[in-house]
Amino acid sequence: MILLEGVGKTFVTRAGEEVEALADVSLEARRNEFVCLVGPSGCGKSTLLRLVAGLVAPSAGAVSIAGSAVTEPRADTGIVFQAPTLLPWASVLDNVLFPLDMMGRLDAAGRGRARDLLALVGLAGFERKYPRELSGGMQQRAGICRALVHDPDILLMDEPFGALDALTREELTIEVMRIWRERPKTILFVTHSIPEAVLLADRVVVMSARPGRVAEIVTIDLPRPRDFDMEARREFQDATHRIRGLIFGGRHARAH
Amino acid sequence: MRAPTKLHPLAPWASDVAQPVGAVVVFVAFWELVCRVFHVPGYLVPTPSAIFTDTAQLSGPVLMHTLATTQTVLLGFAASVVISVPLAVLITASPVIANAIYPLLVVTQSIPKVALAPILVVIFGSNELPRVVVTFLVAFFPLVLSIAAGITAVPPELIELGRACKANYWRELWRIRLPYAVPFVFSGLKAAITLSVVGAVVGEFVNADRGLGYLIVTSTAFFKVPLAWGALVLLSLMGIVLFQAVVIIERVFFPWAGDLDKQTV
Repeated sequence: MILLEGVGKTFVTRAGEEVEALADVSLEARRNEFVCLVGPSGCGKSTLLRLVAGLVAPSAGAVSIAGSAVTEPRADTGIVFQAPTLLPWASVLDNVLFPLDMMGRLDAAGRGRARDLLALVGLAGFERKYPRELSGGMQQRAGICRALVHDPDILLMDEPFGALDALTREELTIEVMRIWRERPKTILFVTHSIPEAVLLADRVVVMSARPGRVAEIVTIDLPRPRDFDMEARREFQDATHRIRGLIFGGRHARAH
Repeated sequence: MRAPTKLHPLAPWASDVAQPVGAVVVFVAFWELVCRVFHVPGYLVPTPSAIFTDTAQLSGPVLMHTLATTQTVLLGFAASVVISVPLAVLITASPVIANAIYPLLVVTQSIPKVALAPILVVIFGSNELPRVVVTFLVAFFPLVLSIAAGITAVPPELIELGRACKANYWRELWRIRLPYAVPFVFSGLKAAITLSVVGAVVGEFVNADRGLGYLIVTSTAFFKVPLAWGALVLLSLMGIVLFQAVVIIERVFFPWAGDLDKQTV
């Protein structure tokens, strides 16, 4: 579904310096696969997401979705950011409808879908509320609805729970798995949390930094549906241990 | 039995209204007292009661002067708004335009407006226009800066979201950037309305046949000091009323914009 072949991305800073964010990244995500990207800061995870979103163009290699090259933002991709970034002047429902409105595709079906999505994430009855009346977790739920309102087949999530407290984070992790089960899509999910990645993903892409490269791809064999009780399982611990070792090298692994 | 004291519902009213009003009343009473006890001559500092009686005696002409100044203030303020918005959009649209416009803006701000006013009278003639232009020149600069700041303060994610939805520049400006700038615009408007009063008076000092600024100049020239003070009080009241009007417009039409720092972005 999503295919990256030898993708590199070099940014030029204001000072004129060249910074290589990604180098020779090859990666494939199958249809309806849940792929998590983990890696240290500066490994280009967010850049990779923006390449797939068509928001930035690769300096080398090619990004394609379902066989066609990504050259510009694509209508069938949804994005969830780390901060909910809802529009403060719009109600929750209007925030969710915003992408449809911007694309000029706002219709009754879209409105119905928005209401269904809000109900799906437990925000029924909050349609007329304003973002400031919602907690951080609820805002991010609305942010997820906004990314799904045009029923995309690809969902890109850039550390979506990074700004939330640990409990809300667990809750939303379960929520995302439920949404994905009910409305299967290809998900690329960037996170700093190794347990979160292992719990969510079919495969975890471990990246190394400066420039960002794919260090290894770890397949997670835990059965679904999954929950946080699985953290005690052998497969879970093996996977997190392995990923930690890949990210921190021998240093961290020995400390265990 | 005694009804329980309802302190809570009254408390905000007490702090918002009663305390400032009380402070003013005490200040005015103290002023009156000091003037009377020490026999301060009325042509130096008149008593509040003298200011009130002298101004009230001429209430007809004073009202006319007040309306004249209000008109200048509002026209200058309107000109500031109408010109600042496109100017701010231009500045934020490209660094090239910003680099070209900013020095010109700084020049308009570095020129003392009092010095410029007589020259404007030569250019535009002895009428309302030079006063409105002076008002505009005094008031518009902070407005341009805050609108420009608002347009560029949009979180990059929202811009990316707009681009992901294939929004063009104008759609992005109209649907994301300008609404996002509203709280910034209002903080600029609050500065601009206050400065508009200053600008209008500067314009009237230089060239006018009416207005509260003109009233101050003429009444001090004829030693009608209490009247000059009355005009001063009216100017400050005008400033307060217009400022509050901007605050109310913001609360009524943009209730979500209330507190800039409370918003989650």
